[in-house]
Amino acid sequence: MARLIDSRYTPLVAVVFVALALPLIFPSPFYYRIGALVFIFALAVIGLNLLMGFAGQVSLGHAGFLGIGAYAVAIGPTHLGLPSWFCIFAGAGASALVAYVVGQPILRLKGHYLAVATLGFGLMIAIVLTNEAGWTGGPDGMSVPRLVLFGWPVHGSKAWYWVAAGTLAVGVALALNLIDSPSGRALQAIHDSEVAALVLGVRVARKKLGVFVISAVYASVAGSYLALLNGHITPDLAGFMRSIELVAMVVLGGMGSIFGSLVGAGVLVVLPQALTGFHDYEHMALGLIVMGFMILLRRGIVPTLGAALAGRAP
Amino acid sequence: MRRMQQIVAAAGIGLLALTGAGYEAAAQVKIGAVLSVTGPASFLGDPEKKTLEMYVDAINAKGGVNGQKLQLVIYDDGGDANAARTFATRLVEEDKIVAMVGGTTTGATLAMIPVFEEAQIPFISLAGAIQIIQPVRKWVFKTPHTDKMACEKIFGDLKARKMTTVALISGTDAFGKSMRDQCVGVAPAKGITIAHEETYGPRDSDMTPQLTNIRNKAGVQAVINPGFGQGPAIVTRNYRQLGITVPLYQSHGVASKQYIDLAGPAAEGVRLPAAALLVADKLPEKDPQKKVVVDYSRIYREKTGQAVSTFGGHAYDGLMILVGAMQRAKSADKAKVRDEIEKTKGYVGTGGIVTMSPTDHMGLDLSAFRMLEIKKGDWTLLN
Repeated sequence: MARLIDSRYTPLVAVVFVALALPLIFPSPFYYRIGALVFIFALAVIGLNLLMGFAGQVSLGHAGFLGIGAYAVAIGPTHLGLPSWFCIFAGAGASALVAYVVGQPILRLKGHYLAVATLGFGLMIAIVLTNEAGWTGGPDGMSVPRLVLFGWPVHGSKAWYWVAAGTLAVGVALALNLIDSPSGRALQAIHDSEVAALVLGVRVARKKLGVFVISAVYASVAGSYLALLNGHITPDLAGFMRSIELVAMVVLGGMGSIFGSLVGAGVLVVLPQALTGFHDYEHMALGLIVMGFMILLRRGIVPTLGAALAGRAP
Repeated sequence: MRRMQQIVAAAGIGLLALTGAGYEAAAQVKIGAVLSVTGPASFLGDPEKKTLEMYVDAINAKGGVNGQKLQLVIYDDGGDANAARTFATRLVEEDKIVAMVGGTTTGATLAMIPVFEEAQIPFISLAGAIQIIQPVRKWVFKTPHTDKMACEKIFGDLKARKMTTVALISGTDAFGKSMRDQCVGVAPAKGITIAHEETYGPRDSDMTPQLTNIRNKAGVQAVINPGFGQGPAIVTRNYRQLGITVPLYQSHGVASKQYIDLAGPAAEGVRLPAAALLVADKLPEKDPQKKVVVDYSRIYREKTGQAVSTFGGHAYDGLMILVGAMQRAKSADKAKVRDEIEKTKGYVGTGGIVTMSPTDHMGLDLSAFRMLEIKKGDWTLLN
């Protein structure tokens, strides 16, 4: 048991444990929805963390991929008559393709330039989703048909809680595998110093592109789930504020920490619900808490706490 | 490592538990509202929230409804449909509301509809689009007039002036888009030909090229501008700069004093359909809505210190329709209240006179709109 907990699969064990344990203390189905939202956002945040925390590349347009995934499961069944489950994969494929094509030129940029280029990309997706009203329903959004798996309609917060938890576990396992592979180490080398990585024979451009594509797929699947859970989507899902929210989740939880991604998503999904009691001051309270976290736990919640505990450990 | 995980897990569970802390048990009738009090739609959501709070307090001060006090539970979705859906679930599962007044934007309303339909809770939306009530859903109602009615009102005025060929210039925002679609859809039935169409982005600062195209189009007898915010004001200024002489029609989307201020003298002679609330003081004494709109305007101004807007009026109508239904049902039973909302007949509100039916969950007709013309920098009522 101890070896299991100390192994690199700790975050995976934690996800499975938390997902199984939480329903025991849920007082109403509303909590299943919050749980499902946390898991879905965590999935997108893990993908983005691979890009930001491991490869050191920032993306301010990641909600664009969330949007592609979400609209894939809306447009596919509605306009093309495709089954929803297939559209989740189709959306992921489309996101991967878009990321591959867009990534070629923009990943050559560094720092602020990369941030601005990804920002522009995200805005473009949001504008397309808003203006192509014939397909997307325009600014008022469109409804999403229910997912049917093997004749079983996946419906309601409870069902989605389990689907999202299962997918998140798979997502965590894949991400941990990637980090521990030669590719993962190459990515961390890029993060630390691109020049050094290049000298060591890492094919920097290719690795960066690869991780960009992977992070896009994570976001796309999360977007599809979110759309199917809600049953109705609007273009603000792909908007700039959503991209910022994803980045905030990564940074708050801790860059380069898979476990941090889960915590970051958890905190930023649950806090607004917990703070409704503050009425007119909830946004201020939310801002202050996030600021407090960043000032006191500078490297993100999980890495800072982890280091503190490791330092104190005998 | 292990200890850290325990701490984090405990913190997470603690936070989840905290979400339940806000809810109080009380033998009151709970009414829910999810409004866009902040964010891009706050100019709609803010007056709605103030109106609901103001009037729920007033009703409770008079002893409540059927002897029970009302308790209002308001959540702010910040204009985000996903958040609206989460709060809707929370109102149903956690707060156990009896009825819902709210849903500021069409997107948020459409996202919340499945929650209330499934939970069988009456839902009175404050959003504009016709998709909310068409097709009719058993538990869903709305108070604002639709864009389609604005189109019909404008077309009716055109017919009276013996004009049949028009050009459209519309914004690509949610409002402009929706109204443009409705106008195009209803035009053939009203005998109106749309000879030319132009669009502009919500943040464009010059519409001269589009208007030049319209000017050069032969046979256009009037121009209609479905739009919201500052766009229509810029259209109006450019329109006069280009010296276009055919009449210009704006929509109810600009029915606020700010439009006249922004457009300046260029607004002279512009016509638009608007709710009676906007011209409360100018209504003739015998107008059935006179008392309601004058009272609401005065109370809103006294309590908030702000000028009245039609959006707060929609919230007023929603609350009053609900309260009326509860009084007629003599209970706060969800199904009975729903049935009584559907039977609302001749309710005089700020948005018009509401008579609902099993096939009409809005209950307004064209008399809800008044045709206004801007003269000397102020609204005048046309007959």
